[in-house]
Amino acid sequence: MTRNLSAVQGSKTVMPDAMGELVVAAKAGDRSAFDELVRLTYADTYTLAFRLTADPEDACDVVQESYLRAYRGLKRFRGDAQFSTWLYRITSNCASTQLGRRARHRHDELDDDVALDELRPDANPEASLDSAVLRSRLQAALLSLPPRLRAVVVLRDVYDLPHESIASELGISVSAAKVRLHRARRRLREQLYPMPGEPLPIHLSAPAVTGRFDDLVDEGDARAV
Amino acid sequence: MRCDDLSGRLGDVASGSLVLDDADRLHVDQCLRCQAELVQYRRLLRTLRALRTEVFDPAPGVLADVLAGIEELGERRAVRSLLSGRRAAYVGGIAAAAATAAAGGAIVIASRSRRRFPLAG
Repeated sequence: MTRNLSAVQGSKTVMPDAMGELVVAAKAGDRSAFDELVRLTYADTYTLAFRLTADPEDACDVVQESYLRAYRGLKRFRGDAQFSTWLYRITSNCASTQLGRRARHRHDELDDDVALDELRPDANPEASLDSAVLRSRLQAALLSLPPRLRAVVVLRDVYDLPHESIASELGISVSAAKVRLHRARRRLREQLYPMPGEPLPIHLSAPAVTGRFDDLVDEGDARAV
Repeated sequence: MRCDDLSGRLGDVASGSLVLDDADRLHVDQCLRCQAELVQYRRLLRTLRALRTEVFDPAPGVLADVLAGIEELGERRAVRSLLSGRRAAYVGGIAAAAATAAAGGAIVIASRSRRRFPLAG
């Protein structure tokens, strides 16, 4: 299911200069140059979309919408960031929209925090140090996070986007983005490295209530809390 | 309890975005719980960064769908540009015709005026 980035045909390792030339050509109206940019980046874009939406179908929709937006807005791309970073921002914005749409149609928020028993390490925590195992457990732990927390930690800690960009693309304040990042990291740490004998964290047993609590704290509304 | 106070910040320390003051650093140096938590955050962040090099396989057909969508968008844009170009040409033609007519009218009026009021002498 996963491959290494450098080994992927759909995401060939491309020199930044080559990518830059394609961007210049595409901005000048060369459609084939834009198509080539799509070919070079779509697997990576899909990966980000899947990490954010945790759903293959949603991820495909996000990829489609992201490239259409990128094509429409290419003239506005100033080139002061890498094309891939610009595309990540568009993708995260599209994913945020898609998740909002999904939340209105489904009640999957209630399913966000379930089935974590298999994520708990076995009796010997040292066994989990194997990086492949740790990665796979981390992937699962990420998918178990509520989307609003997952988005921030993926964009910040996996894709290295600055807080300001994340806040802007997700439509939240910078301080809310930081609060969500802290919470997401803490949950991941608790899931991957629970203290011996520690009960399941409260958010794993009462998702609906803590979800609402998170929303309130997120936006710093102390009075509401 | 200093451990609880620090707990929320150790992720930032591990990511390098926060430097603890001397008192907090001294506490971490002496506290096994905080040290363990810091190490866990470091491992977590390292593993998160490592995910960046992995890609998921998109479903077959995603690339073709994206390219088809862009082609369609490109065609719509070309048609719109063509139509707006034609519209501009029509508007330009009408404006030119109107200007010509106005200039002709002005010449006629001027020549009639000259006939009706000949110069004295």
